[in-house]
Amino acid sequence: MGRYLIPLVLFIVLVVFLAIGLGRDPHEVPSPLINKAAPGFQLPQLKDPSKKFSAQDMRGKVWLLNVWASWCVSCREEHPLLLEYSRTAAVPIYGLNYKDQREDAIAWLGELGDPYVLSASDVDGRVGIDYGVYGAPETYLIDRNGVIRFKQIGAVTPDVWEKKILPLVKELNGNKFQGIN
Amino acid sequence: MRPSRLLLPLLLLCCIAPVVNAKEAQSSADDPAIEKRLMKLSQELRCLVCQNETLADSRADLAEDLRREIREQMKAGKSDQEIIAFLTQRYGDFVLYRPPVKPTTYLLWFGPFVLLLAGLAILFRYVKQRRDSINDQPLTNEEHARVAELLRPGTGKETA
Repeated sequence: MGRYLIPLVLFIVLVVFLAIGLGRDPHEVPSPLINKAAPGFQLPQLKDPSKKFSAQDMRGKVWLLNVWASWCVSCREEHPLLLEYSRTAAVPIYGLNYKDQREDAIAWLGELGDPYVLSASDVDGRVGIDYGVYGAPETYLIDRNGVIRFKQIGAVTPDVWEKKILPLVKELNGNKFQGIN
Repeated sequence: MRPSRLLLPLLLLCCIAPVVNAKEAQSSADDPAIEKRLMKLSQELRCLVCQNETLADSRADLAEDLRREIREQMKAGKSDQEIIAFLTQRYGDFVLYRPPVKPTTYLLWFGPFVLLLAGLAILFRYVKQRRDSINDQPLTNEEHARVAELLRPGTGKETA
């Protein structure tokens, strides 16, 4: 019996490691930008390109930056949830329209509804590269000081919204009052 | 020709087709030196969309954008180190096919050698134990007598 114990333990360890490895999504690459300053940008607004939108404008606010495109299938999947969340006004959602055609993007919002306070056009994907975007949708939660606090790769799910984003938003908004007192 | 005879060549064709389809990443030949540097560097970098492809081989949109970015930075006189730093700041060490040696990757880099040493130690111990167990138990006088008895020719007894 004793002589089988060590191989058995090694086997179980191996199985546990493999099981963890299989359970992971290889597309979820940990972002090095968490707890770093959100890269600055200034881009034309999607609906009115004569106006600019800059990350700097959002200082002092807790906000979500959602990377989307009309060609992105998962964005379509995520969209009804974003619409619902935008109605609760828990946190303002801004869009980064990533590598898209302006007309397509506007038509997409017209057809499905617009959950965004506004969207900025990143036509050539340069801001996307600065944010480490490698697949839409991606969502960044940015705090008052312009620091990225959370990144969701892939569609936001109700689970992520309830358990990750909302508690963090609450915490980050709470900090303001502590700061003032 | 029986269908099964057709099957093998057809299957082989299936293996060839993707290779034929996969084109090399386009290289604009405006500056051969930079293109050469770009190819060399991007072979060390992972495309984040199709993760088992290098940035040099991938035809994903993002890979093309990143190659464009690298090309521009090279033209602006950035060194390979600076460009790698630019990419790892945004995408993490995951873009590197050769992960850097640091505390979180010690297990990755040194784990195999630790396993090798552990294996050698176990092997050494096992061999030594085995040798010791042979040496430590010489035959007793009775056993020697029994061996001699068994080995004596012409007793007619095959088994004890």
